[in-house]
Amino acid sequence: MKRILILGAGTSGTMMANHLHHDLKNLKEEWEIVIIDENEIHYYQPGFLFLPFDIYTPEDIQKPIRQFLPDDVRFICEKVGKILPAEKKVITENGDTFQYDILIIATGTSISPEETEGMLGEEWRKNIFDFYSFDGALALRDKLRDWEGGNLVVHITEMPIKCPVAPLEFAFLADSYFKHKNIRDRVNITFVTPMDGVFTKPKATHALEHLLIEKNIHVVPDFAIERIDNENKKIIDYVGKEVPFDLLVTVPTNKGHEMIGRSGLGDDLNYVATHKATLQSKSDPSIFVIGDATNIPASKAGSVAHFEAEILTENILHYINGEPLLEEFDGHANCFVETGNGKAILLDFNYTHEPVEGTFPFPGVGPLRLLKESRMNHMGKLAFRWIYWNMLLKGNHIPFISTNMSEAGKHFDNV
Amino acid sequence: MLTTIANKTVNLNEEGYLTDFSQWDKDIAHEIAQQAGLDLTPRHWDVISYLQDQHKKEIALTIRNVGKSGVVDIKEFYQLFPAGPLKTSTKIAGIPKPVSCI
Repeated sequence: MKRILILGAGTSGTMMANHLHHDLKNLKEEWEIVIIDENEIHYYQPGFLFLPFDIYTPEDIQKPIRQFLPDDVRFICEKVGKILPAEKKVITENGDTFQYDILIIATGTSISPEETEGMLGEEWRKNIFDFYSFDGALALRDKLRDWEGGNLVVHITEMPIKCPVAPLEFAFLADSYFKHKNIRDRVNITFVTPMDGVFTKPKATHALEHLLIEKNIHVVPDFAIERIDNENKKIIDYVGKEVPFDLLVTVPTNKGHEMIGRSGLGDDLNYVATHKATLQSKSDPSIFVIGDATNIPASKAGSVAHFEAEILTENILHYINGEPLLEEFDGHANCFVETGNGKAILLDFNYTHEPVEGTFPFPGVGPLRLLKESRMNHMGKLAFRWIYWNMLLKGNHIPFISTNMSEAGKHFDNV
Repeated sequence: MLTTIANKTVNLNEEGYLTDFSQWDKDIAHEIAQQAGLDLTPRHWDVISYLQDQHKKEIALTIRNVGKSGVVDIKEFYQLFPAGPLKTSTKIAGIPKPVSCI
């Protein structure tokens, strides 16, 4: 029996288990699929943005991992200790060994607040919070329920981060939240970023900037944080610029799993060197990488992982059959950006095309509007949670949304 | 876009970065630095040589890996090139602006 071993049962790993289980059903006697994760709970990570504002409850965004895996996929709940590529095996921290013929790394990315001096100081989880972890988002919810106002600073430590629009969405939702509580006049919102604008793509930045002005959110660009002064409650950058805060909501440095580093497969942030069009690792042909764990120049986001999963599944079948891999992944990302007050913007872009204006998924028809605020986009974002739990994780194709980015007109002709 | 820097004709992209490293020389570097309000010291040159060397090896540049290079730490990197150190230093070094923001 040959084995496909998947490390990580988050969005990417779960989708891969479902896709491969489906596509290898005729080879059931030859191949088994094993998936390892250190948690038993699957978190709907886009929900971490909504939890602090009491829009979602904790129950809305967590379910057992096992529920989303086919019965004959083996799920091992253990912490991976190390990958030994030369021996084609993985050792867990408990000392169990798993041989593999094909390894899929889907271990994601998570926050490393210890990378910034003072971040884990005495203000951590008192007046300094993150919302990129379940615990952090929940602690922030409790803080916001009682907070009476002051300087709210929303801050990005360094790029790349998971879901690069989320910090901006947080600022927009905070504006709405405090308006509804009738304390907006007692809150200053400042958005601090190491980039020279509010988003990673110039066209989207331009579209988003007018919203910041409209919502009275002050932006501090080009701010590369050196340390946090807990005593005087301010963040300080490498040239000595200071931003004071009463409440700091930061996105700490994001890093891949430390086990990647231990296994000698990572760069300085523990991301795995990966071919950007095939998703095969650069160091070993039997290792493939998907989602936030890769170092490819695409956004670290669930939509990207969804498009990657479709291509990676095909490539693993080609690899099994000894055929050349498809060089097809184009970096396609599709993000709803919450702008507050029940509206959202939709972005659609890839490695080479910046977000454009238009309609989605049907050119000229919509119903969703690219790069423009609308209520329908917001409904799309909320509907996405249902799609995620019921379709996306199970590897079902999302109707009308193509893996590679469709150019205007082309998709319309096919309908 | 063709333009003249330090009496030499060079190709620049719309952001002012050289598109052909073979056109680069130290006089050009000095003039680009001056436009950015910088006088190049031996420490600047240490960083510039390092960046060019990394670029030759096709290693992607980030503030983080420059800070860990042993050539300069992040603090000094910011002191040498205060406004966006990676953007400014790569422009002076005649190599493309790193694409590190995704």
